[in-house]
Amino acid sequence: MKTTHILAIALIAIIGTVVTYACLSTAPNTISINAFGATFPQPFLTATIIEYSTIKPNIQINYQGGGSGRGVSGLTNKVIDFACSDAPLTKTQRAAAPDVLHIPETIGAITIAYNIPGIDSGLKLTGPVIADIFFGTIKTWNDPAIVALNPDLTLPARDIVVITRSDGSGTTNWFTKYLSLVSNNWKTHIGANTTVEWKVGISQSGNSAVASTITTTDYAIGYIELSYALENKVPVVAIKNPAGNFISPTLESTTAAAQSLPSPLPLGSDSWEDIAILNTNGDQAYPIVTPTYMLVYKDLSVIPGMTMEKATAIVQYIWYVVHDGQQLASARQYAALPSNLVEINERTLSTITFNGEAVPTH
Amino acid sequence: MTKLTGDNIFKCIVAVIAAFAAIILIVNAYVLITGSVRVFSVSGFGFISGRSWNPGASTFGVLPAILGTLITSGIALLVGVPLSLGIAIFIVEMAPRAVRVPFSYLIEMLAAVPSVIYGLWGMFVLRFWVLDYIETPLNTYLGWFPLFSGTPTGYGFLTAGLILAIMIIPTIASVSREVISAVPNSIKEAAYGIGATKGEVIHHWVLSYGRSGIFGAIILGLGRAIGETMAVTMVIGNAAGAKGMPVSLFQPGQTLPSLIAGGFFDSQTPLQSSAYIGAGLVLLVISLLINIAAHVMVTRVLKVKGGAIE
Repeated sequence: MKTTHILAIALIAIIGTVVTYACLSTAPNTISINAFGATFPQPFLTATIIEYSTIKPNIQINYQGGGSGRGVSGLTNKVIDFACSDAPLTKTQRAAAPDVLHIPETIGAITIAYNIPGIDSGLKLTGPVIADIFFGTIKTWNDPAIVALNPDLTLPARDIVVITRSDGSGTTNWFTKYLSLVSNNWKTHIGANTTVEWKVGISQSGNSAVASTITTTDYAIGYIELSYALENKVPVVAIKNPAGNFISPTLESTTAAAQSLPSPLPLGSDSWEDIAILNTNGDQAYPIVTPTYMLVYKDLSVIPGMTMEKATAIVQYIWYVVHDGQQLASARQYAALPSNLVEINERTLSTITFNGEAVPTH
Repeated sequence: MTKLTGDNIFKCIVAVIAAFAAIILIVNAYVLITGSVRVFSVSGFGFISGRSWNPGASTFGVLPAILGTLITSGIALLVGVPLSLGIAIFIVEMAPRAVRVPFSYLIEMLAAVPSVIYGLWGMFVLRFWVLDYIETPLNTYLGWFPLFSGTPTGYGFLTAGLILAIMIIPTIASVSREVISAVPNSIKEAAYGIGATKGEVIHHWVLSYGRSGIFGAIILGLGRAIGETMAVTMVIGNAAGAKGMPVSLFQPGQTLPSLIAGGFFDSQTPLQSSAYIGAGLVLLVISLLINIAAHVMVTRVLKVKGGAIE
């Protein structure tokens, strides 16, 4: 290669890099907020981000998924401005990231989605049967336990393909908590956590990968957040609730479950570990429902590169999500926050500081 | 003292640049060793021989992932090497000139395809071919044989191995092509002169002459197969822990790179991070051992056999 050629290539590379940077560098007054974590509330969050960008065009919010586990570890390492996690922080996590506030941002349902060729809807299961399927003790779709619950369906003599999450996931946390609640076998041998040691099946990372694996794998079953099931048009199981009714996951049955949030609720600075709305008593309540949280440091100055301006933008965005943003929830089948939760969030947000100075919330 | 001539300065610069290669390896090893001290001090040898991977209970064992790495790489070589050599021989010895050049470019372009593209193609296309035409028939008729047992889903060791086979073809084929075309014409002409057929010439002279070079190409390909992360993660089914212990070709499993990529960023405790770094150390050691074994083989085994001239 001639020297002139090499020089020409080098020149093109340099010009290309400079031009790219020039195009990417945003206007000086743009504030960019970075966050990642739970995929469970992502469809809702994405909607709020798009809507918020029309209200405050100079604030750019980048929310990537990655799973609740990744969100919590990112926030602990202070590489993001806030995190989302469906699983509230555990005692150890709170010790590793002290002064992190919980802000419940929406309430959603975890669905059991399935792909049985020829059966487009109507599958009914109970909690213990779901536990046995995910434990691997029920192996085929025509198992007597499933047939007994679904006398109207012709269930195939095919192996069940279980799809689970591979990453640290709040969805997994609540799903396995539910299974521990309904099955002693599950509780003693697997238990509940953001990652558990699955006995069977294929694992994928994130709600959307699990959803697409279910839709592309015949005879599969898996657990995903409701809006992912609707988006992928995959049928979901009606689960028997404590009142004895088989309830499909819908906005109504999620909202019905949300009525049973315990009272009084903790403050944002307290532990939310015991707050669960699984298997509640409502007649029409869907049994696997959970609030999901935004996690943010009480004093935002602990995050490198934080300014008062950026701190204000973060707090005001979160304020928007728990207030006006709630109108976007129902279209994506998330239940809007009940007023007592909004009230607690307001109190929590007003305690956030930057270098000890209060941050304006709205 | 040597004179400060242009040549000497150039020599110094090149020596420094070359030293970087060694330094990078040492720094890498240092980081991996210090980072994994914690998990080895907690689990000891159990980290390597353990089958359970359960962050919730703080038990970490990488045996299933080690076996998964070896099995998928093994499948990749088994399928990829004959195909690559076939391609290389075709290009050098048989293809008409008009085909040779574009075909060589085509093979080299395959190497430029990002692995995530292979992964997507594996997930949406190859997986179903493997499921419909390999796994389902084998499982239906030979399902009693452990290797073909289980529930075929298209996610698992076989699909991962096959996608790796496709990914290592450009590496092995293009290096082998260079090696084969370096075989002197005089040797081939002499072989034809004593009445050898084309097949015999390729088998006895060309491949034999280029043996150590081709072996080197295979080791390069194996290196890529062992370390490949993205494409494997997308098709192997990510079965962590004991259920990833390989029994059947069709079952979901895990390799060391897919284990690390899948979980490192979720690490909740220092021990868990350390376990992923430990898995990285095991991967590095496996790669180094294979490379050393390859060198020993090239220098000792291949050269002493008659006929092979470097």
